[in-house]
Amino acid sequence: MAYKNFILVCGGTGCESSRSDEIYKNLLKEAEALGVSRDVQVVKTGCFGFCEKGPIVKVLPSESFYVEVKPEDAHEIIAEQVIKGREVTRLLYRKDKKSDTARLEDIEFYQKQFRIVLRNCGVINPESIDEYIARTGYKALEKALFEMTPEEIIAEVKASGLRGRGGAGFPTGMKWEAARKSPGDVKYIVCNADEGDPGAYMDRSTIEGDPHSILEAMVIAGRAVGANFGYIYIRAEYPLAIERLKIAIQQAKDYGLLGKDILGSGFDFDIEIRLGAGAFVCGEETALLQSIEGKRGMPRPKPPFPAIKGLWGKPTVINNVETLANVPVVLTRGANWFSSIGTEKSKGTKVFALTGKINNSGLIEVPMGTTLREIIFDIGGGIRNGKKFKGVQTGGPSGGIIVEKDLDSPISYESLTALGSMMGSGGMIVMDEDDCVVDISKFYMAFCVDESCGKCAPCRIGTKQMHGLLDKISKGQGEDSDLAKLEQIGKAMTKASLCMLGGSAANPTLSTLRHFRDEYLEHIHDKKCRAGKCKDLVIYEIDPAKCIGCGLCARRCPVPCITGEKKKPHVIDGSKCIKCGECYAACKFGAVIKR
Amino acid sequence: MAKMTLDQLRALRAQKQGELEKRNVEGKDIQVIVGMGTCGIAAGAKQTFDAIVAALEKHNMTGKVVVRQTGCMGLCYVEPTVEVVMPDMPPVIYGKMTSDVAEDLVVKHLVEHSLLDSHIFDRPAIDIVKH
Repeated sequence: MAYKNFILVCGGTGCESSRSDEIYKNLLKEAEALGVSRDVQVVKTGCFGFCEKGPIVKVLPSESFYVEVKPEDAHEIIAEQVIKGREVTRLLYRKDKKSDTARLEDIEFYQKQFRIVLRNCGVINPESIDEYIARTGYKALEKALFEMTPEEIIAEVKASGLRGRGGAGFPTGMKWEAARKSPGDVKYIVCNADEGDPGAYMDRSTIEGDPHSILEAMVIAGRAVGANFGYIYIRAEYPLAIERLKIAIQQAKDYGLLGKDILGSGFDFDIEIRLGAGAFVCGEETALLQSIEGKRGMPRPKPPFPAIKGLWGKPTVINNVETLANVPVVLTRGANWFSSIGTEKSKGTKVFALTGKINNSGLIEVPMGTTLREIIFDIGGGIRNGKKFKGVQTGGPSGGIIVEKDLDSPISYESLTALGSMMGSGGMIVMDEDDCVVDISKFYMAFCVDESCGKCAPCRIGTKQMHGLLDKISKGQGEDSDLAKLEQIGKAMTKASLCMLGGSAANPTLSTLRHFRDEYLEHIHDKKCRAGKCKDLVIYEIDPAKCIGCGLCARRCPVPCITGEKKKPHVIDGSKCIKCGECYAACKFGAVIKR
Repeated sequence: MAKMTLDQLRALRAQKQGELEKRNVEGKDIQVIVGMGTCGIAAGAKQTFDAIVAALEKHNMTGKVVVRQTGCMGLCYVEPTVEVVMPDMPPVIYGKMTSDVAEDLVVKHLVEHSLLDSHIFDRPAIDIVKH
C-alpha cells in the first residue's frame, strides 16, 4: 500500500484559530466518503510562516499551495485533486491577484524567507567539502582566480551593493578597494566571528552549517586586495563551529584550495583560526586586531581605519561572517542578480536570530525591505500564548526597542536607525506585555557595564552611572530627575565614547524612555511594575477566600515565609519574602495574588 | 586527494553534482538527514541519530539507508529536525524528532511509506542553488 498524495494541513497557532482543525477533519471525512482514503494521507504540519493567508493547505507531491482554505473546500480538494489529479486553481496562492492562473514562481515564492547566506545550511553535510563543491562551491573562487582581475572582483562587489552585516553597514566593496589601494606588500583578511550580542547566533549557525563558504570568500577577498593570509577570529565558546572550521580548513588544504599556488593559479592564501575569550568589545574591529596581536582587547581611535593601518600596522580587511558568506554568491550569480534583491540602499538579505516571546523562534533570512510585522507575525507565527506584542529589540545591547506603530516599515540599515534602533548583527528579541522596559534596560546596561573595556571615561563611567539609576528606579526609589539624568548621560556617551560599545550602550534605555516613559514614571510615582518583573515592587499575597489550606505553597517556599494551619487560609510574611514566585506558580486555586 | 588543478576541480564538481542529484550513495537510495548544529545537538540530535541507526537495524533497513548530518535549518523551535529523502515519497522535514519518536519515523515513513503526523514542517525557503 502506498499513498499517491499527501495533504498537509497547517496546525500552527494562527491557522488553528482560523479553523484548520475543521479542514483537517473534513478532508479525512471526504476522503473516506469518496473512497480514496487509501490513496491519500491527511496530516497536520507545523506553521508554514505565512499566517496572513492562513489556513494553509499544501498537497504533495504536486506542491500545490492553497491559501485561505475553508472547511467547505475539503470536498473539492479531494474530488478534484486526489481523484481527478487537477489542482483547485481558485485556492492556489497568487502573488499577483489579477492573474487568473497561478504561475509556478508564485507558488515557489510564497515563502517570506530567501536564503543566500544560509543557502547550504541544513542542506549539506558541513564536514564534507565534496558536498559544498557539488552545490557550486568554490566556483566563485575559480572565477576570481582565472576569469577576473582583482579590480574586476572589487567592481563586482561594489556593484552588488553588499554592505557589512556586522551592524554598521559599510559598503564591502569600498572597504576592499581602500585596502587594495593602501600601500604595503603584506596585507591581511580577517573574518570577524566574535558574535557576542545576547540572543544572537547567526554567525555560529552559518559556520556550523557551511564553513567552506567563509573560507572561499576569504580567499576571494585576499585575491581582491592582494593579501595572502587570513585570520578567523572566533570565540572559544563556539566549540562546534571551531571544530567544523578546522575540518574545513584541512580539507581545503588537501584539495589545494588553500595554501600555495591555489588550483595552479600562482596565488597563495592561508588561513589560521584565532580564539577569543568571549569579550564583547573584541567584536569591535580595532579591539579585535589588538586581541589577535596578543594584546589586551581594547579599541583605538579611528582613523586610521584598519584598511589603511590594521593588523601589525598592515592594511587589513575585516569582514563579518555573514558578509563573507554572501561573497561567493555575488560572484557566481553576479552583481545584477544580487542587487535586484532588497531595497534601494540595502541590497540582498539579512539573517536574524528570532527569539523571545515568539511562537516560531529560529534562524531566519529575509530580503531587505521585509517588514518587522511579516517577520514577527508570519514567519515567527506571532506572540506566544496569545499575549500582546510590546516591542522588538534589534541590535541587542546596542540597539533599541521598536514598537507596534513602527512594525510596518521595511527593514533596511537606514530605516532601523531612523527608528532609534539599528540593524546590528541580527539578534531580534520579541517582548510581550509581561516584559518590563525598566528591567530590560537594566539588563542590557548591566551587560555593558560588564563588557566595557574601561579605556574611555564616557563608557566606563557612563554605563555604571546609568545602571545605578536604572537599578534605583527598578527598586521604587527613583525620582523624576533621574529620567533627565539618564538622557543626559546617555547622549554624552553616544557622542563621546571611543568605540560603538559605549556609543550605542545607551540605545536600549533611550529608546524605551521615548516609547514607554509612562512605565518609567509608574515605577517612580506609583512604585508599580505593571509587568511584575521588578521584584522589589512586587508583593505576593494569599487571598483567604480562595485558599483551601493545602499547604503546597508553604512546601515550595524556599525561605520559608508561608505559614498556616491545615485546611485553613495561609499567610505570606512579606518581610521575609524573596519574591521568587514559587508559590504563585505552585497554587492550583489561583489563591496567590501578585500585585 | 592530492592538490587539484582547475580542471580537476571542475570534474569533481560535475561528478559530485550528479551524485547529489541522484541522491544515491553506495547503492543506498534512502537518506535520513539529521540537523546537527549546536541547537539541534542541545535538543538531543545526537541521541536521535543513534536511535535512528538502532531502529534501522531493528527493521533490517540498514542496507538501504544512509544517515547523514547537516547544519541548522533554522527551525530552532522544533529541534531536533530530520529530513527524509527517498524514492516515491516527497522529501519531508520532520521536527521535534526526539529519540523516543525516532522508531516511529522509521516505521511510518521508511517502512510503511506514510507520513508521521504532527511532526512535519516546511522547508523555510527555496533553494537558490537549484533555482
